[in-house]
Amino acid sequence: MRSFTYERATDTRAAVAAAAQPGAKFISGGTNLLDLMKLDIEYPSHLVDISRLPLRDIEELPDGGLRIGAQARNSDVAADPRVRTRYPVLSEALVSGASGQLRNKASTGGNLVQRTRCPYFYDTAAGCNKRDPGSGCAAIGGFNRIHAILGASESCIATHPSDMAVAMTALDAEIELLRADGSVRRVAITDFYRLPGDTPHIENVLGDDEMITGVLLPPPLPGRQIYRKVRDRASYEFALVSVAAVVSADRGTIREARVAFGGVAHKPWRSVEAEDALTDHPARMDTYRAAAEAALRGAVGRGDNDFKIELAKRTLCRTLAQAAGAS
Amino acid sequence: MIGQAVNRVDGPLKATGRAAYAYEHWEAGQPLYGFIVGATIGKGRITRIDTEDAEGAPGVQLVMTYLNAPAQGPRDESIPFEYWRAQPMLTGPDIHFYGEPVALVVAETFEQARDAADLVEVEYRAGRGRFDFGEFEDDTYIPKTVNAGLPTDTAVGDFDAGFAGAEVKVDQQYTTPYEFSMPIEPNASMVAPHGDDDLVVYVSCQITDAARDSVAGTLMMDPERVHIVTPFVGGGFGSKLGIHSETILAAMAARALGRPVKVTLTRQQVFQLVGMRPTSSQRVRLGAGHDGRLAAIAHDVTMHTNPDVEYAEQTAATVRSLYAAPHRLTSHRLTALDLPRGTDVRAPGEAPGMLSVESAMDELADALGMDPVELRIRNEPTVDPERNVPYSDRHLVECLREGARRFGWENRPATPASVREGRWLIGYGMSAAIRGHFQGPTTVRVRLEPDGTAVIQTDMTDIGTGTYTILTQVGAEGLGLPLERVRIDLGRSDHPSSWGSGGSWGATNSSTAVHRACAALRTKLLDAALGDTRSPLHGQDPSAAVFSDGDVAIGGASEALREIVARHHPDGVEAEGQTRFMGDDPNYSDYSINTYGAHFAEVGVDADTAETRLRRMLSVFSVGRVFNPKTARSQLIGGMIWGVGAALEEEAVVDPRSGAFVNRDFAGYLVPVHGDIPADIDAVVLEGYDDKANPLGAKGIGEVGICGSGAAVANAVFNATGVRVRDFPITIEKLLPGLPAMV
Repeated sequence: MRSFTYERATDTRAAVAAAAQPGAKFISGGTNLLDLMKLDIEYPSHLVDISRLPLRDIEELPDGGLRIGAQARNSDVAADPRVRTRYPVLSEALVSGASGQLRNKASTGGNLVQRTRCPYFYDTAAGCNKRDPGSGCAAIGGFNRIHAILGASESCIATHPSDMAVAMTALDAEIELLRADGSVRRVAITDFYRLPGDTPHIENVLGDDEMITGVLLPPPLPGRQIYRKVRDRASYEFALVSVAAVVSADRGTIREARVAFGGVAHKPWRSVEAEDALTDHPARMDTYRAAAEAALRGAVGRGDNDFKIELAKRTLCRTLAQAAGAS
Repeated sequence: MIGQAVNRVDGPLKATGRAAYAYEHWEAGQPLYGFIVGATIGKGRITRIDTEDAEGAPGVQLVMTYLNAPAQGPRDESIPFEYWRAQPMLTGPDIHFYGEPVALVVAETFEQARDAADLVEVEYRAGRGRFDFGEFEDDTYIPKTVNAGLPTDTAVGDFDAGFAGAEVKVDQQYTTPYEFSMPIEPNASMVAPHGDDDLVVYVSCQITDAARDSVAGTLMMDPERVHIVTPFVGGGFGSKLGIHSETILAAMAARALGRPVKVTLTRQQVFQLVGMRPTSSQRVRLGAGHDGRLAAIAHDVTMHTNPDVEYAEQTAATVRSLYAAPHRLTSHRLTALDLPRGTDVRAPGEAPGMLSVESAMDELADALGMDPVELRIRNEPTVDPERNVPYSDRHLVECLREGARRFGWENRPATPASVREGRWLIGYGMSAAIRGHFQGPTTVRVRLEPDGTAVIQTDMTDIGTGTYTILTQVGAEGLGLPLERVRIDLGRSDHPSSWGSGGSWGATNSSTAVHRACAALRTKLLDAALGDTRSPLHGQDPSAAVFSDGDVAIGGASEALREIVARHHPDGVEAEGQTRFMGDDPNYSDYSINTYGAHFAEVGVDADTAETRLRRMLSVFSVGRVFNPKTARSQLIGGMIWGVGAALEEEAVVDPRSGAFVNRDFAGYLVPVHGDIPADIDAVVLEGYDDKANPLGAKGIGEVGICGSGAAVANAVFNATGVRVRDFPITIEKLLPGLPAMV
């Protein structure tokens, strides 16, 4: 039997050092890791439980932004009045994810590093370069309805399943990382995640000797924020496509916009191309359509997921129309 | 008591966790835990199997493979029903479908067993399997009969001529996917050796009698030595009509080790090991005059079957009793695929068949420019059009009219894709429902104890449907006792046998038997009292006897049942009641006995993204008499919701390279969640009494709820969008190309 040891961390820096040992992993809510351990996809020899570290607070930053502690529960972040009023896109994204029970357990840091929901990743009899580097990608040529249309590779077409991280991407969030030596670095969320390339098992830039301690949100852009999640059923399903949009419009012209997609790529997909196509353009459907075309220009379908290209375009167009129309 | 909305008598036990399910019994002491190792190819042969590492792993007591499994009885096709037949496991190196058990690992704990299961090394020589229905859809054969012994093909009149001459025609192909029963409680079993020769089998099953025979036949035991115990079952829907690998493997291991062994399937294993509703391709042809009267109906169905265990779902059989038309044709064809066996999943035949036929009727109404409700009313038959016998108690038209009135059908958008509320395209849809009512042999023992309480014993199961509750009501009414003085003892093969829960027959089979047992017991009690000079009832007229509140009264005289029992039967008194097999009951050959319904649904389809959401739903049913409106409503609404899922979400996908189900968990295999079902959903049951069905006038309700309910949703999607999707479920990618341009 795969036995493992467990410790409940009481000191943040000591936890980082403990988890830097070979075979060790952090655990917080456990909403993803425990499933993966049962299925023999993750098999840590040591678990460092960081859920009780003093990283649960949501704090005001001097610049008018917010700092969300890595151990803040998804439910608590979604319900925070400051998040709801200043970053509604984040609150909407959080409550659209998982179920109430899972959101009560899941942490902010854990949500960022959750693993893909590709069914072949979960099937240890199937080839999966993410789970078992070099074993191939069964999703290519397989059932790939939920898979990536942007930024994928011949090694991996998995998507990142988070809703929260998509909203944070549109909000220009930074991830705060603590090293065992006590030093702290901040990484823009778009730089935190990696595309699969030929190393899809390496999903982000988090080092073995680092821990996510918080997420920093800069002061929000003026304008309307919307998170729109498209899925087959009304609840408890990962996004086929989602859009996080922040749009600042003035007298019929878009001044500034932030656009990120979920469900389409190995990472939350920020589209600077769409943002450029919107900035200083009239707030009307042909502008949104141009932005959608720009955002999806490099999109590649794999058969079952071909429809997601058009679905992403239409979802973006409607979300932009709603965001621009109301501001 | 019958007909009252009594709360579930077993509700407190379940709500407090005291109802023990198959995996939770401790009477036999600490069990060992088994874990099944499944094949990772879909077709081929085991070339090497190495169990050494697994056998050496901590806590492991046994690793059973085809190399050391005991000899087992064969699956005997002379036994009329599949669920009573032997189910031999680990019989050889050949692999017939992906996930097929190749080993059972038994250890002291579940975790040890699961971990050691990973250490069993199996090498295969993979063969070229037939996995893809589309690839082999045309390579079919004709089964001798279809499920329930129904004829494979039927023909009435001259379909070709009737269809050719019709003024308005529909000729369309529909497809339905693999679907699973997937009850909340996964299939599970614990088997405990008892004495030298007996086995006590705690198992989650629907038919106790079948489970006993199947275990005994497989292990080559005397059925009297097998004791099935299944007091509580966490849902079945067909997947527990028979027992599966979990029970056979647990039984073989328990016998080999002389200790209790329990095995449960993981959710992922349930997808591979219990069978599924076959995928189907269905051609429906309807020919009608401009007046809407059908001249010709044809329903031709092709489905998959496992090559070794044939299963032909009766998907084209539903239309045989549904609408009048002089020229008719139905057929079933099978293509053998190397996939798990097809099996009964709620409303076998009707669920996929009515999805197609009632979609086609909507297409016909559209082609005719006729109201879909009116089209159905115009084709109401006077006799069963294929069996040529009268209907016993057919009220389909009343269901249609009452449903239309309550739903506000007159507000249906007459033109598809014409109503929009914000982002939502709004549509109404409806469908008819019909399901055959069946009857099977059931015996019940009712015993009155000296303290005046009644105990009702049968091997009948309660699979979450409410058997405990309705039998309490029927027993209380039959003996004139308050509900709290009637105790129901179910799910033991040592009790009188029944056909269990399935086919919507359980409630009526067992209630009819209780009703008759109570009558026999009343006669015994009256005979005793009336012939006894010590009784105040001595010499009274028995035909005037009234049983109520634990007393029997005749005229002004009365005596407590307790006193009669104490005087004449100090150890208690009992009587049996029976329900006959429908083949021995002339009503079932002289009449077409069915349940009926009409579904009405309103959906919204997102004009941009094609997300489809149910906004409200109302169904009206005619099911004879209802035992308990509360449990009945739960059953009916549950069926309706499953139909919503079948229309919009539910689909198990086979990877054509391996033969494995890809989306084998509840994150990928979608069924409706609370958010999908609006509060505005209701099931209305018309007052009724079918005197041909049984003396209680009741008929089954477990499955009529799903019959046609998906078609009502599909037809509403067409009404909302003008897009007709014939490949179920109706998911986003199928609607998206037909949505309006964005402005």
